[in-house]
Amino acid sequence: MPEHARDRILARLRRAPREAQPPDDAATPQAPAPGGGAAAALEAALAAMRAEVQRLPREGWAGELRERLRGRGLSSLLYARGTPWAPALEEAWAAGPEGPPVLAAWEGTVEEFRDRLFAADAAITRAEAAAADPGVLVLRPGPAEPRLLSLVPPVHVVLVPGERIFGTLEEALAGGGFAPPLPANLVLVSGPSKTADIELTLAFGVHGPRELLVFILE
Amino acid sequence: MGDSGFEARIEQALADAGLRRNFASAMGSFAARRLAVFPDAAALERLREQGAAARRRALARLPELLEELERALVGNGIHVHWAETAAVGNRIVLEILEAHGVRRVVKGKSMVSEEMHLNAFLARHGIDAVETDLGEFIIQLAGETPSHIIVPAVHKNRAQIARLFHEKIPGTPYTEEVAELNAVARRTLRRMFREAGAGLSGVNFAVAATGTLCLVENEGNGRMCTGVPPLHIAVMGIEKVIERLEDLPPLLRLLTGSATGQRVTTYVNLISGPRRAGDPDGPREVHVVLLDNGRSAVYADPELRATLQCIRCGCCLNHCPVYTRIGGHAYGTTYPGPIGKVLTPQLAGLERAGGLPFASTLCGACEEVCPVKIPLTRLLRRLREETVQAGAAGGAGAGAIERLAWRGYGLSAQHPRLYRLLFACGRWLGGLMPPVAALERWGRAHAEPRFARLSLRRLFRKRGIPDA
Repeated sequence: MPEHARDRILARLRRAPREAQPPDDAATPQAPAPGGGAAAALEAALAAMRAEVQRLPREGWAGELRERLRGRGLSSLLYARGTPWAPALEEAWAAGPEGPPVLAAWEGTVEEFRDRLFAADAAITRAEAAAADPGVLVLRPGPAEPRLLSLVPPVHVVLVPGERIFGTLEEALAGGGFAPPLPANLVLVSGPSKTADIELTLAFGVHGPRELLVFILE
Repeated sequence: MGDSGFEARIEQALADAGLRRNFASAMGSFAARRLAVFPDAAALERLREQGAAARRRALARLPELLEELERALVGNGIHVHWAETAAVGNRIVLEILEAHGVRRVVKGKSMVSEEMHLNAFLARHGIDAVETDLGEFIIQLAGETPSHIIVPAVHKNRAQIARLFHEKIPGTPYTEEVAELNAVARRTLRRMFREAGAGLSGVNFAVAATGTLCLVENEGNGRMCTGVPPLHIAVMGIEKVIERLEDLPPLLRLLTGSATGQRVTTYVNLISGPRRAGDPDGPREVHVVLLDNGRSAVYADPELRATLQCIRCGCCLNHCPVYTRIGGHAYGTTYPGPIGKVLTPQLAGLERAGGLPFASTLCGACEEVCPVKIPLTRLLRRLREETVQAGAAGGAGAGAIERLAWRGYGLSAQHPRLYRLLFACGRWLGGLMPPVAALERWGRAHAEPRFARLSLRRLFRKRGIPDA
């Protein structure tokens, strides 16, 4: 039955009069725009969407990050162990004095980790790329980094390498290493979760994170 | 219009001052935000050209693209189902859920699922479908349908929502604080996300080249529905396909800018498969239901086909002088406003919905703002003509008196003397016309129409402009 439905639908579409193929004038994406200007534009765009953006020096970034997260009332910070930036985090947290937020690693599959995930109050991931226009971070979850790290905890901390900031989304998709086959999930994020469904009054953190803390690595 | 239900609903909506206030302020605000996000008219025009071209290119190759999409989706490990009707689509969703023993699903916002009446169907089979978009959550609690494509609960004010939450969600005190109301929804739905056996969603764009489902949202509930439960089922109309990933950025700009005046939504979720080997999370199975439900018949007509370019931004609703006054429910259809008036008669038939295209002033505001340049006024006129010719229910021109009047006009227009005589009579006697029937209805809200003292032809002559 389903196979027949498919054939009948396609046959009806094929019987329809053919239109001339409209001209294909899609602009070819340009080479990525370099550094500084794009980072400043990204910062402004994200801030306009109520994300908090800070810059971190590449040297010793993890220790500096820990300093800046202190005093925000976060009890823990979830991270994924398999990522290339995990060792720096672990080192920084091992080196510094005790105190919140405690660094906590994701373990196993979501089925095993679900309760702890939903109880966590912050998580850190990396953005694979970013686009200054329209101001988005491109997250690429996968084996090393779960999808739900950037969604379930109320505070989402994102690291953005400065050299991965592109001018436009077109450039980020073309130059960001997302050649097909695409990963099972790519997410563009522009700010904290929000809604305006009640009298068009803007409110944050309705289902996803209510705070998005972006750290650009310079 | 022969649809007395429609007329009664219009009267009712117009008499509801609160409803009119809610719509006037919300729609005015959307229109202003759209202008603010597209400040450069020339740049917007270029973007609309680009978006319209992307949609037309996709439709020109629709059968081939659907096959390409199917191949790519299957290659990505996504199950593909085809449904000719809403009934079959519902059955397919039910079978997948039953095969997995699912009793509760969390749902992201989907207009196609509204078109299918999927929630009611699942409820009849003992499956609880929980709407998780805040607006949809509100109207589900109220037992209502969406009144707007993008902001489904826009007809409700905070006091109404406060009362609803207080009465329907156990342990909720009455509060009109929007932040507090959001927190109630968050608490209530978090548990559902964790425990649901499946997530249901719509699709904004499906990319044929990569086998990718693109979902656009602000709240994060869509990502929850498609990311937390072990099973994800997406329903989409067959017209939602686009050729390639490069078409996405301009269409996204047009969609979010036209819909809510945003440069971009909080989340754009690109799904190209279920959880892969080694992935710690994500659904273990992803299914897509490709729904026809009358779309292939729309496609068969080269002029009406443009209806399928629609990206469901709701911008034509926000700018329609009829919609902004009567709201979405008066239409009595899944898709209200200008696009609804064009789409519904084609999907449901002229007999049932042929009256809708007459609820328009043909001012063309919808067409002027449409991000993908659907010729809405042309389509409205075309459907009016069909309704009249078919003598279908709701045919405004089908009345005997009106037919006679037009025939008389036609005759006089072919005989200049008769024409002049007739209009001379009109000038002398027009003021004596009794305000009955259509004139009476018109007179309730307008000044009585008057014939000019001099005809245009005589005005020209008086100014010394000779006949051609």
